[in-house]
Amino acid sequence: MITNIVVVLVGIGLIAFIIWWFFANHEQDGTRATQMGNHQEIEVEVLGGYSPQTIVLEKGKPATIIFNRKDPSSCLDQVVLPDFGVQADLPLGEKYSIQIEPDKAGEFNYACGMNMMHGKIRVE
Amino acid sequence: MMNREQTVRIEANQGYDPQHFELVQGIPARITFHRTNPSACYNSIVFEKEGIHEELPLDSDFDIEFTPQETGTFEFTCGMNMQKGSYTVREANANTCTECNHEIHEEKNCCVKDKHVHTGENAHEHNQSHMDTNKHACSHHNDAQHDIKHTLGLQQRFWISAVLGAVLLVLMVGMFTGTMSHTVVRWGTFIATTPIMLASGAPFMTSAWQSFKKHNANMDTLVALGTGVAYIYSLIALFMGLPVYFESAGFIIFFVLLGQIFEEKMRSNASHAVEKLLDLQTKSAHVLRDGTYIEIPREELKVGDIIRVLPGEKIAVDGVIVEGRTAIDESMVTGESMPTSKSVGDAVIGSTINTTGTIVFRAEKVGSNTMLAQIVDFVKQAQSSHAPIQNLTDKISHIFVPTVVILSILTFLTWFVVVGASPIDALVYAVSVLIIACPCALGLATPTALMVGTARSAAMGVLIKNGAALQETSKIDTVVFDKTGTLTIGKPIVSDIVGDAHEVLRLAASVERNSEHPLAGAITERAQQEGIELNEAYDFEALSGLGVRAHIDGHVVVLGNEKIHENHTFDVQLRKRMSEMNNDAKTVVIVGVDNKIVGLIAIQDAPKESAQSAIASLKKRGLRTVMLTGDNEKVAHAIAQKVGIDEVISDVLPQEKADVISTLRADGATVAFVGDGINDAPALSVADVGIAMGTGTDIAIEAGSVVLTHNDLRGVVRAYDMSKKTFNRIILNLFWASIYNVIGIPIAAGIFASVGFVLNPEISGLAMALSSVSVLASSLLLNVSKVE
Repeated sequence: MITNIVVVLVGIGLIAFIIWWFFANHEQDGTRATQMGNHQEIEVEVLGGYSPQTIVLEKGKPATIIFNRKDPSSCLDQVVLPDFGVQADLPLGEKYSIQIEPDKAGEFNYACGMNMMHGKIRVE
Repeated sequence: MMNREQTVRIEANQGYDPQHFELVQGIPARITFHRTNPSACYNSIVFEKEGIHEELPLDSDFDIEFTPQETGTFEFTCGMNMQKGSYTVREANANTCTECNHEIHEEKNCCVKDKHVHTGENAHEHNQSHMDTNKHACSHHNDAQHDIKHTLGLQQRFWISAVLGAVLLVLMVGMFTGTMSHTVVRWGTFIATTPIMLASGAPFMTSAWQSFKKHNANMDTLVALGTGVAYIYSLIALFMGLPVYFESAGFIIFFVLLGQIFEEKMRSNASHAVEKLLDLQTKSAHVLRDGTYIEIPREELKVGDIIRVLPGEKIAVDGVIVEGRTAIDESMVTGESMPTSKSVGDAVIGSTINTTGTIVFRAEKVGSNTMLAQIVDFVKQAQSSHAPIQNLTDKISHIFVPTVVILSILTFLTWFVVVGASPIDALVYAVSVLIIACPCALGLATPTALMVGTARSAAMGVLIKNGAALQETSKIDTVVFDKTGTLTIGKPIVSDIVGDAHEVLRLAASVERNSEHPLAGAITERAQQEGIELNEAYDFEALSGLGVRAHIDGHVVVLGNEKIHENHTFDVQLRKRMSEMNNDAKTVVIVGVDNKIVGLIAIQDAPKESAQSAIASLKKRGLRTVMLTGDNEKVAHAIAQKVGIDEVISDVLPQEKADVISTLRADGATVAFVGDGINDAPALSVADVGIAMGTGTDIAIEAGSVVLTHNDLRGVVRAYDMSKKTFNRIILNLFWASIYNVIGIPIAAGIFASVGFVLNPEISGLAMALSSVSVLASSLLLNVSKVE
């Protein structure tokens, strides 16, 4: 009986932890791209997701996003930015830059090829 | 500078990739060539500037090392000087990276880095393939490559798991047949599974942990958790003398990797289908240089080059014929299977095949400006787009994996606490739940079908802009056609000749070749087509609003409307025919010789050959067809009747077209508007789906959400069919993927255990591998599905 209670408590504890860990809002503020005159640039590390998860770009300035994929998982071997018409195979262990023109303000989501990992671009 | 080095990696396959790279002056450079093309063309590599000439081995890396001393742009070529690439050497202190066009800060120099820690995996590659028209990519090696270099490739991981999996199988057989002792099996499975976990399974663990740290979960989380739990439990059990389940972990990893290998192959099939179009291009062309035709690579062609194409050869780039006449097979670009005849002044499209005659053409568009390159770019954009239906799967995918983990815990609790099963049995069910769940199938369902569907459409001459356009097209119920230039050819042609056809045409054309009236053009063109020899006409006179008059062989020949022929004898029979033709909305030119009317020529902007069958096909699919025109009702109805269109909206001014579309939409119709991209842009954008007909080599990319690369109206039917098929496939994939999870998870959790129907973790692993493979296979099947 005691075992059962302990097991149930542990199980419920684990479930509570999972809900808190994955579903609670852990989002941090976006990281701003480095401004370089009439150009902006930011590096995104691809390791178990995209970090920073939210990047902030200035509107109307051509931007380079450098994806640095360190994660061998096949989940992350493509990155798709549907709003910018970009789909790229990310080489493992290399930096891969994409160029986009953020000419509209707003929040744009991007994801891996399987749509499992998500990142966000905020254009201000 | 002593401890610095710059490295670049170049693939020698279809040309050199990257074709252009950049080096910094005075820093030792190591250029690694990886040759995958067995062609003798790539046998050697020459850096003339540096005096380097080396043999390139096939399928392995080869380093070329030199220190660039002079700034400027230089070429490197293959030994035969057929394949070329170039590199730019720039000053070390320049702080602008010219290719990327961005400034490089001292501390984060993108091209060169200090080399003390690592062996210098820093390079700056400029991937300027023909594909990257506006977004070009730079890729830089980085320090992390060092850590990853030592991890195994998917293939290696798979083979390790396969070989040891076979050992596990032998042990299992031994255990069930009783030929092996229990101890041997227990320790045997431990010894065989451990390397699988460490070598093949480790990347799952790493990925899962990295994701976890960022509050993410993915498929790897499930695999890592499932196999990890099975393995660790078995490890404890091994020393406590309880039954072990090592083989579960081993087999799961084997099956998952097997699925991933298939998946990788099929996924690249799906996503690179469109790039294969570019492989259709010829490698070289015969170009006029200093009076003779010499063969040069396609990449070096310039606008204005005069290029000769022999029968059976491919046309290298887009251009205009300046000499010769031929038939050209354009099926690879327009989807039209019949060769098109072309002569001087006609446009030719790169990658199409010259069939019968020799032609000489002037290059008008090269490189990324060619139609083919534009098509590929267009389709790639479409493939990366999101279909609105994905919004739902997006929401699901966010919560999928954590939910499954929770379900797995609940499964364990239910079996162990509620049912009172042994901890091992409860654990097996929990692990099965983790393993069988497959978020990938759900995630792959839409994009893969979209990729295959848009690529296949492109091969048929139908370019679909994005997933949203595809989804909309599949739902249309009304197709509105613009008349002139869309349903009709767009220029007047001779439709009937009454009287002695040969004679009437000869006289009329002889007179009309002096005229510049559009109707005259139609008559002379017809005479030319029929190969009629014309007479010399004298005293040509154009009578404004009436017609024309001239003398031929001493006779007065008069062409024009009824007014000009007022005093001429008009046969009753002829008069009857004339009013018939007038009723058909044809313009009739009356031909008279010396006061007597000898014949009639009817001229009309005729419907396209494809119009009738296209309309019939659309109607067969239950779509309502509407024609929109500025013509009067009589003319409009005549044409509509001929092509079989249901409804006519006539007397519409060009600027009113968009309003008419809006009205139709307001009445609840989902409207596709078919028009040309130039005059109809507002109507195209107002419609739910704007279908722009291509003209010549310009595809009106901006204009429509669907673009037909050719003038064939059956493209509208194909666009509808392919969208519908692709969208249905997406629905089917999503349905299959959800049903799989909805049914698979409860079975794995053991709800049918009472009737003896259970899935052990190994079978769950197999099922999960098969589910994403089956979704991919279903998407690829779009490639072979029947389309009219």
